[in-house]
Amino acid sequence: MITLAEPIKVKDWKSDVKPIWCPGCGDYGVLNSLLKALSDLKLDPDHVAIASGIGCSGRFPAFVNAYGFHGVHGRALPLATGIKTANPELTVFAVGGDGDAFSIGGGHLPHAARRNVDVTYVVMDNEIYGLTKGQPSPTSPIGMERKASPYGTYDAPLNPIAMVLSYGASFVARGFSSQPRELTELIKRGVQHQGFSFIQVMSPCVTFFDTYAYFKEITAPMPESHDPSDRMAAMQLALERTQYLGVFYEDNRPPHHVHMEELQEKAGNHLTLEKLLERFQR
Amino acid sequence: MPVNDMVIRIGGESGEGIVTIGEIFVRIAAFSGLEVYTFRTFPAEILGGHVTFQARISDKPVLSQGDEIDVLVSLNQEGYDKHIGELRPGGMVLYDSTDVSPMPGLDGHLLYPVPVDELARSIDFMRGRNLVMIGAMVRLFGLPLDRAEQMVRRRLGRYKDLLPKNLESLNLGYNYAQEHFTQPPPVYLEPPVEGAREGLVMTGNQALALGAIAAGCRIYAGYPITPATDIMEFLAKELPKVGGAVIQAEDEIAAINMAIGASFAGARAMTATSGPGLSLMIEALGLASMTETPVVMVDVQRAGPSTGMPTKTSQGDLYLALYAGNDEAPRFVVAPSSVEDCFYQMINAFNLAERYQMPVIVLSDQSLAPRVETCPPFRLDQIELFDRELADLAETDTYERYKITETGVSPMAVPGMKGGHHTAEGLEHNEKGNPNYTPQMHQAMMEKRQRKIETARQQLTLWPNIVEEWGDDDAAIAIMGWGSSLGPVQEAMARAQAEGYKVAALFPKVLLPMPDLQIRRFIKGRRAIIIPELNLRGQFARMIEHRYSRELIRDGIEVVSLNKYRGLPFRPVEIYEKIVEVAQLLTVRARVE
Repeated sequence: MITLAEPIKVKDWKSDVKPIWCPGCGDYGVLNSLLKALSDLKLDPDHVAIASGIGCSGRFPAFVNAYGFHGVHGRALPLATGIKTANPELTVFAVGGDGDAFSIGGGHLPHAARRNVDVTYVVMDNEIYGLTKGQPSPTSPIGMERKASPYGTYDAPLNPIAMVLSYGASFVARGFSSQPRELTELIKRGVQHQGFSFIQVMSPCVTFFDTYAYFKEITAPMPESHDPSDRMAAMQLALERTQYLGVFYEDNRPPHHVHMEELQEKAGNHLTLEKLLERFQR
Repeated sequence: MPVNDMVIRIGGESGEGIVTIGEIFVRIAAFSGLEVYTFRTFPAEILGGHVTFQARISDKPVLSQGDEIDVLVSLNQEGYDKHIGELRPGGMVLYDSTDVSPMPGLDGHLLYPVPVDELARSIDFMRGRNLVMIGAMVRLFGLPLDRAEQMVRRRLGRYKDLLPKNLESLNLGYNYAQEHFTQPPPVYLEPPVEGAREGLVMTGNQALALGAIAAGCRIYAGYPITPATDIMEFLAKELPKVGGAVIQAEDEIAAINMAIGASFAGARAMTATSGPGLSLMIEALGLASMTETPVVMVDVQRAGPSTGMPTKTSQGDLYLALYAGNDEAPRFVVAPSSVEDCFYQMINAFNLAERYQMPVIVLSDQSLAPRVETCPPFRLDQIELFDRELADLAETDTYERYKITETGVSPMAVPGMKGGHHTAEGLEHNEKGNPNYTPQMHQAMMEKRQRKIETARQQLTLWPNIVEEWGDDDAAIAIMGWGSSLGPVQEAMARAQAEGYKVAALFPKVLLPMPDLQIRRFIKGRRAIIIPELNLRGQFARMIEHRYSRELIRDGIEVVSLNKYRGLPFRPVEIYEKIVEVAQLLTVRARVE
């Protein structure tokens, strides 16, 4: 992690591109918490890269004064994996929504987790598709009636925390866009964690599925007694109806890029093309 | 029957060592100074199934797998029954006499029985059966025993405790042939007395992977798929040794997006796949084009559509490579035509990608990928690598990633460069990279991206290995083609020319942008252009007709498609016969006129 002697102020982390989110959208809170975390960690904007996919979260990189990549739907994690592998000095984020992360991009999550690529993945979960104007998402409650589900949904919602725990992610946490101070701390811990950090952020959609009151009612701080190295206990908490906010799980196995560096050393890391071609000479 | 040009086929069950026998034998020939060219068919089964290994060995450069089979090697009855119909009259059958009963007198075939099992058992080493057969082949066809021993040490030396027995097996077969086959066979090889010229022996996929390393590729992300997988396997072993990394991705979509991410972060990056995988990568191809991120995508084509025939060859992905994707996303398409060319075209591919910040598709195919060929040493000193143009950030306070320029190329900033922040943006964007949907901006950016194609088309005229052109300048009949059919075309033409026909040929190696200058010059004055392709619709022929319709109509040049879609490469005779047919047609027409 490359840091500066003096932090860059939050307002200077903010780019001159204005978010197009609806007034009251939870994503504003997530953006501000992330900017605050960048500033608090004294990160260097030249060494920060943010990858995103499609959805209300897609333009996120453009709002931050750092390097960004706004890719196609669901592929923020592969982009982030490529970025981090090519230049391990960078602090790399991936951002997305529940559709991007758990539906179209759902196939990448287990592999980023088990690969333990050192990326902080912030998923803004509003339990609906907002950008396409209100269709049920993989985390929508059963029975949701929308234009695409006029008779109510039948599919059971996913449990992202339980899912990612079972994928073997080395850092699993949940935050809430209405609790910016706590969320900033979670993001900072996620960045400091060496490995794949998954942060689900409850981030309500005021326009198509206003869950502010519901989230307030159903969330609770992580029990102080919880030991984040205890994966079984983390799983138990993840399966409760109460949506706990905080760090569920953390372990410290080496991240993907460290493994790659070790592998290069083991392999020799000094081969020339001439030497390699000798093997094919007749 | 010519000395020093023989086609040998080995057929049998997969797992019997057919390929081992073939690969070791051709390498002995190559290391003795001969030129080799192999052709393999793979069974669809994971274990078992019928496998064919065919090699052509000659003292001159070999350009195709040949037209007929001179020698059949059979280790069991099935391997005999399945292939004997293709052995030419008077051809030789070398077989394990314990397991195979050939039909005596059939087509004048000459029989060479070797009691392989018995010999192996005599030294209590049944694992040495294949080497007994190789030993007999070495002696019968006139290759030097010391070269054979060297090759066995080189290929099997890692099993140290077995090496003495392996060498003994080789010698048993060799001595058996020496004692029992005292008459010189009708077909044999004569390695050059001066020994082996300097050269390389490798497969198409190995040459592609080596080309990538030579071109500075340091990140490879891929997903296993026949027949591209061994590119990933090769690089998984070698890339870490040059400071690079291979990621086996969870699917092709992840693979291409990882490569794009890595390139964005400053590394030369690639992926390799086959048609089904390339189909999955198309959305990201558009992303690379839109965000102007260099990336190289190899497509080792196989017969399709859908899952098709993964172990059979095709040139059916040309349209996919040229046109696939939503709206219009410029990309480059490159097609190597031989094992040697695989190496050089990878360098062209990376140079195109980096210089013009674009995705590049490299079209290889299933016949080229596993083929072992001898090729001249790579001219490493002549390789020129072009770096992407980086922004001079000291000179500006507001960096514009997508600055509109005359060439279409905008200087890049990569993460880590001070003051170069921007978002590589898949939405339509302005020069800074911020989302922008105005009609003017979209038009300007569409034109900017497309302009890079025209810039490249002009600059490419000065690059090496962009087209290959040969034959009679004044010929009325021309052949145009692309990719791995170049060898069979060269051979067919040589045969036709020897018989007095005049033919000229041109193979562009870069198919997008088409080298218009060279092609317009080439087609001028022709009467007919034969275009052989391993696809049904004649994808390249249609492209030629479309692009050069004015010249073709004005000058009355006829395009004659020769299409084969059987999962197999061209045999030279198929192209030769087309040349003769077209020549006769032109003669008849000239008389009528």
